[in-house]
Amino acid sequence: MARAVSNRTKTLNTIVAGTLGFLLFFPILWIVVLSFKTEENAIRAPLEVLFSSGWTMDSFSAVQARSDYFKHFSNSVIIAVGSTVLGLIIAIPAAWSMAFVPSKHTKNVLMWMLSTKMLPPVGVLVPIYLLFRDFNLLDTRIGLTVVLMLINLPIIIWMLYTYFKEIPGEILEASRMDGATLREEIIYVLTPMAIPGMASTVLLNIILAWNEAFWTINLTAANAAPLTAFITSYSSPEGLFYAKLSAASVMAIAPILIMGWFSQKQLVRGLTFGAVK
Amino acid sequence: MATKASRSAARLMISPAVLLLLGWMLVPLCMTVYFSFLYYNLLQPGSTPFAGWDNYYWFLTDPSFTDAIYNTLVLVGGVLCITVIGGLCAAILLDKPMFGQGLIRIMVIAPFFVMPTVSALVWKNMFMNPVNGIFGRLVTGLGFPPIDFFGQYPLASITFIVSWMWLPFATLILLTALQSLDQEQLEAAEMDGANWWNRFIFIMLPHLARAITVVILIQTIFLLSIFAEILVTTNGGPGTATTNLTYLIYVSSLLQFDVGMGSAGGVIAIILANIVAIFLMRMIGKNLDA
Repeated sequence: MARAVSNRTKTLNTIVAGTLGFLLFFPILWIVVLSFKTEENAIRAPLEVLFSSGWTMDSFSAVQARSDYFKHFSNSVIIAVGSTVLGLIIAIPAAWSMAFVPSKHTKNVLMWMLSTKMLPPVGVLVPIYLLFRDFNLLDTRIGLTVVLMLINLPIIIWMLYTYFKEIPGEILEASRMDGATLREEIIYVLTPMAIPGMASTVLLNIILAWNEAFWTINLTAANAAPLTAFITSYSSPEGLFYAKLSAASVMAIAPILIMGWFSQKQLVRGLTFGAVK
Repeated sequence: MATKASRSAARLMISPAVLLLLGWMLVPLCMTVYFSFLYYNLLQPGSTPFAGWDNYYWFLTDPSFTDAIYNTLVLVGGVLCITVIGGLCAAILLDKPMFGQGLIRIMVIAPFFVMPTVSALVWKNMFMNPVNGIFGRLVTGLGFPPIDFFGQYPLASITFIVSWMWLPFATLILLTALQSLDQEQLEAAEMDGANWWNRFIFIMLPHLARAITVVILIQTIFLLSIFAEILVTTNGGPGTATTNLTYLIYVSSLLQFDVGMGSAGGVIAIILANIVAIFLMRMIGKNLDA
């Protein structure tokens, strides 16, 4: 039985934890504030920034004008969504068969798939770069989509496998006994039960693909660069650019921050390969 | 239960995934190993003679290799210490009853979703800039001489930034594990007169041991490959002060175009990562049986 906690203890806990949360969240909060300030105000002392008059949306349009921001934004969307969809098409049959028709090799296959994820990307940087060069895939969205699909494929298969595994096999047998064909079984029985697991897999995978910063930086230049690579153009200092950098950053992280908040719980399962639930 | 037909159907369904991953792993891996035994520089087109162990010899005896190994160890070790100890404290704190738990939880987790290039640039400019950054202003405001964070304490600064990104990960996983702890067990121990410290050492810590190991192993895999944070803040400098193994291989292969040398480094990185991976795989494999 949970014991009664006095309001005073609760308030104290709230203050300590709230301070921690605020400190960790502060950098994100701060760039949101800066992104609505003028460049002159953005570099002033923190309190002066807060109370400086004038909130403006100029930085957002300046970012677009400086270099075609929405091209890179749409690159990010296309690459993240594309690699996820492609990964699902390949992963669903694989995870389905391992979960419902297990053989004595299933465990080994799963472990081997996981082991491909342990390969440090830099170990294969040179051959992938040369292959991309020779096949004219450098700085193309399709090349990057395929690479990101491949590096996240083990995670997609593992997550789907752990979700499918939780669907009781008896239900499938019962539907078969009632005369459902394989097609009906998949559409009316399996899919409705698998959708929540698939949704969280999609969410986590989009987050991972969106934030991937090794291959996106090394395999793209001006054309196919998603936001991770595009933001690096702000790494060399130039005049006043805090407000512009903030605006670009806010737009880059906002969609994924929102998705991440929805997928907190699934995140644990996905990132620990089911070792912590 | 499974019939012969469904077995062969299953094999057919799994084959695209297996073939793709096999190709993705084997083809580049074999190429890396092959290149590592050649004199192969993209700036000198033409013949690529056999080099024997020369690339490995030069890579391993280069003083920047020793620096890179040292930096990699300090970076991985430093971030692990901060995130595991900090994450443990944060998880215990967040597990307590409080108002607005959901909101506080969201704020704590948020940094994990920020892409590496953004977080590195924001910390570098808005906080660690010696003149206009908030930390910079704090230092001079307190009357100290201005600190050039990335010049004077480059590795510590990067460790700090990376810890900020990974602390939420450790917190989230440890919190999830902590919430599965049986509250009655804790209360029984308390009734038997165990103080908080004893309850922590003898009940909470053993319960969390598995989650802590998972956090350490998974973070190590990712932390060995830190790249973007270094690229946008210090470029591996000053000198080689922040060059880790990943960055060193990037420099020799894509900036100096020495494919042979870069590949030899790649093989060494793969061997090092495998040592960690073996332990991680064992833990996850055990869980699969249960």
